[in-house]
Amino acid sequence: MLYIKCPYCGLRAQKEFSYGGDATVKRPNINEEVSSEDWDNFVYMRKSPRGKHIELWQHIAGCRQWIKVQRDTATHEIFQTAKVTEEIR
Amino acid sequence: MSQPFRLNKEGLINRNKKISFTFNGKKLFGYEGDTIASALIANGIHLVGRSFKYHRPRGFFGAGVEEPNAKLQVEFNGHSEPNVNATEMELVEGLSATSQNCWPSVNFDIGAINNFLKMFFPAGFYYKTFMWPKSFWYKIYEPFIRKAAGLGVASIEKDKERYEHKFEYCDLLVTGSGPSGLASAYAAAKNGAKVILAEDKPRFGGTLLTDDVSIDNLSGKDWAEKIISELKSMPNVTVKNRSQVFGYYDHNMLVMFERVSDHLEKKSKFTPRQRLWYIRAKETILSTGSIERPIVFGNNDTPGIFLSAAAKEYMKVYGVLVGKKPLIFTNNDSAYETALEFKKNNVEPIILDTREEHSSELIDEAKSRGIDIRFSHGVIVANGYKKVKSAKIGKLNKDKNSFEKIETVDCDCICVSGFWTPSVHLASQSGNKLKYEEKIDAFIPDKKKQHETSVGAANGSFTLEESLKNGFENGSNLSAKITDTKAEIAIPNVNEKKYGAHDKFWCMPLPKNENPKRFVDFQNDVSVSDIEIALREGYRSIEHVKRYTTLGMATDQGRTSNLNGLQLVSNIENKIVPEVGHTTFRPPFTPITIGTIVGREVGMEYMPTRKTPMHEWHEKNNAVFVDAGAWKRPRYYKLGSETLFEASKREAKNVRENVGICDVTTLGKIDIKGPDAAEFLNRVYTNAWMKLPVGKARYGLMLREDGIVMDDGTTTRISENHYHMTTTTAQAANVLSHLEYYLQIVWPELNVNVVSTTEQWAGAAIAGPKSRDMLSKLYPDLDVSNEALPFMGYKEAEFFGVPSRIFRISFSGELAYEINVKSDHGMFMWEKMMEVGKDFGNQPYGTEALSTLRIEMGHVAGPELDGRTIPSDVSLNGLVSKKKDFIGKNSLGREAFNVESRQKIVGLIPIDRKSSIPEGSHIVQDQNAKLPNPKLGHVSSSCWSVENNNPFSLAIMKDGKNMIGKKFFAVSPLKNKSIEVEVISSHYVDPEGKRVRS
Repeated sequence: MLYIKCPYCGLRAQKEFSYGGDATVKRPNINEEVSSEDWDNFVYMRKSPRGKHIELWQHIAGCRQWIKVQRDTATHEIFQTAKVTEEIR
Repeated sequence: MSQPFRLNKEGLINRNKKISFTFNGKKLFGYEGDTIASALIANGIHLVGRSFKYHRPRGFFGAGVEEPNAKLQVEFNGHSEPNVNATEMELVEGLSATSQNCWPSVNFDIGAINNFLKMFFPAGFYYKTFMWPKSFWYKIYEPFIRKAAGLGVASIEKDKERYEHKFEYCDLLVTGSGPSGLASAYAAAKNGAKVILAEDKPRFGGTLLTDDVSIDNLSGKDWAEKIISELKSMPNVTVKNRSQVFGYYDHNMLVMFERVSDHLEKKSKFTPRQRLWYIRAKETILSTGSIERPIVFGNNDTPGIFLSAAAKEYMKVYGVLVGKKPLIFTNNDSAYETALEFKKNNVEPIILDTREEHSSELIDEAKSRGIDIRFSHGVIVANGYKKVKSAKIGKLNKDKNSFEKIETVDCDCICVSGFWTPSVHLASQSGNKLKYEEKIDAFIPDKKKQHETSVGAANGSFTLEESLKNGFENGSNLSAKITDTKAEIAIPNVNEKKYGAHDKFWCMPLPKNENPKRFVDFQNDVSVSDIEIALREGYRSIEHVKRYTTLGMATDQGRTSNLNGLQLVSNIENKIVPEVGHTTFRPPFTPITIGTIVGREVGMEYMPTRKTPMHEWHEKNNAVFVDAGAWKRPRYYKLGSETLFEASKREAKNVRENVGICDVTTLGKIDIKGPDAAEFLNRVYTNAWMKLPVGKARYGLMLREDGIVMDDGTTTRISENHYHMTTTTAQAANVLSHLEYYLQIVWPELNVNVVSTTEQWAGAAIAGPKSRDMLSKLYPDLDVSNEALPFMGYKEAEFFGVPSRIFRISFSGELAYEINVKSDHGMFMWEKMMEVGKDFGNQPYGTEALSTLRIEMGHVAGPELDGRTIPSDVSLNGLVSKKKDFIGKNSLGREAFNVESRQKIVGLIPIDRKSSIPEGSHIVQDQNAKLPNPKLGHVSSSCWSVENNNPFSLAIMKDGKNMIGKKFFAVSPLKNKSIEVEVISSHYVDPEGKRVRS
């Protein structure tokens, strides 16, 4: 079971979080024209990397904030966590 | 009754307390502190079971977790448990143990015929033999094999015991209380670290209890006791015996299995039987010690053959002799300690040492005590069927592949030692890639992935001095990093006997013309020849050899067999062991009960139960409840001997004719506030929200980004920047997360806050033609006319002195209102409604009637919004704005969503107007067509239309709207029904929606 550092609450058990997918996907702006290809990429196309991956988690049984987690998908090592408004490099 | 193999004084058992028990029906006794194994051996009983495949007689081999044979069916404290390890289970009064895998008895087992047919049971036998005919597998082969090869029998009784889970956090977890574990825990504790010390056995100390050593002039046992009592007195230390850390998981989480009360005769009803600890440790010390491995020889599975350290443990800890005429068969010095212990107890052992004559501290001592030592000797084959009677021993030639001399000696036990294997399971589970240590012919931990440090024998250090030094240093250094304190600790003086080098010898050759079974894995009956066959048949990977032969696959996980198996493979393949590699170590290390895994999450405690504030009233009024997520909702209120069908029909009819009330507290409620709330709703819902006036509600539809309908519900504008959103009961949590996602991540510029208020409000719906009359009595001072409170209107008013919210919304399609009051007032509201409603023929109605009402109206719900439908599929395209953007809009243009023949919602009625149509039925053109019969659609919801007094269903059907008027079959193979149906509009009752506006 992972041990995830919520940037608001500190280290908490994985049980308190729910997974939210790739954090690097950006939704096309509302009220703006978007090509079918861009839209399909946003809705369906995801990379499934082996290794470092920046992903979204929600501290659902805690502060309810969505957070960014940089995790190794093969080893589960967590390198960094951040608020969604912050950048992970 | 005397115990012929019990020593007079030795041992740590409590001789003042006798414990009686039975074994295979025979009454026996042991002492407090005995295991089932030690008590049976004391009584001279060795034959305890039959082997898995050949049904060969088997006895005890070890004295703890390493035991491969002695798995018993044990009844104690009112439960029956299979596969209990007799060497670990402590004796409790009244315990009754029986042998497994034998019929009719362990002494006369019919399955033993397999032993004489063993040439027909080679490796992979099952795979090869039971291949054809294919149809025989499930009905004949598998049940037969299972019966013949089964272990114990699981109880079918409900487990009445209590099991618990515990979550713990510490600086340092120490797994094992041998010398290195004690030293680590002690040093860390002195540094002020929060320490948990876990010991699998009932007694702390590990090998200190059995080895002839002294530490600071104390015996090993006394030193262990001193350290443990000091640790117990420290507030920062938790010391746990009977607790095995069995799994190492991600991010330094370890799981420990504590046997809290299995050894107790009496306990309070709140004492759990077993407890599972989830321990998040900053650092972990793995002091799991090592397990002795055997040397392989002919008939080495005969009862009476033991690991030599186990024989010593039986003497030192339990005061029990495993035999009175022992042969000690060894390739190293450690078995000499067992020989010396026998000698001390006036038993004359013979030592067979595979090494050539040489000298060491222990060999010299054994010699000086007059013990018969035969160098370059080994056991070729054990004689005796149900117990060892003698052994054919041989003098090995220089190459150790044949014999110079063979003779037979009498013996009643053989104690074998093939050197030591570090217990590296936890290190391996943590991700540590192990490395092969040539010096000890075994794997030890290498590079760390997590915060684990192996010390002592688990790390391949087999001397006490090294183990202690290792322990103190690592315990101190690891904890100092956390506590920033480093206490001075004097490393104690140690007195121990140094072992000489061991012999890299692990399997006895066979003499000419003899072919007894030489077992590598006892528990799964894997012999040397099985492994040879597997390799001959082309299996190369050790993982494949394991699966083909079942080597190391049983509950003992090959603790005594893995390395010998690897040696064998590497010899045949001419590879070195590290090239062969090792199989994967998986948790749990030893079997644990299902009850422990489940913990208290069973029955009512499986998940939380959510009850509405009116729950007690429903209970008192014969409500039959249904689970809606975690909620309990009244399904119907039973009058007299009514069935579900009758009651729901009555309740629904009453709503159509008079008025009914329904508890709608469970609907999801989300409070939305902020200056950008309208803009936010406009993006979330498919329809327009910018112009909704204060005091008005609107029905809204939410999509996922892929265009599929996510949820529907009404949202009401309470004030300028304040909205009250309702969701379906099932989607409440998902919708909240969805809204939070967009507010926090996608549109953080919107100034809006959302919070769940589901549990803050109690809700009741009043529905039916008389609902307005009833409402006017509930709110005598309020104008509730159609003009003052129109459809989709909203008002706040006092409900008999209690603040309340009135929404004129309808799920049933009737004139209806929903009243919300604070949860605390829910029961007050409900009872008042029941009282006032009497004059209007009011009756409560449950979810079944609610479904009936919405189905015949053609209102969609969960079964239609099943994650596969877009708005136009369910006739909700009128709610989809063409002018504005919203979540999922871009997906609605996809080609597949816009083909003419796409699935659409329709209504179905049976041609005979009588047969109800099972939900989930498939719609087909021809009920007798050849399979697979093309499916045109499926029945999503079914009811008995109370308005038209015949069955009615909603269905999602290909090209649905063009099918109206046509006839099909609704086929349910599950219910074995096929019903001819006619397709009609999904709006079966009041298609214009006049009633809700009346």
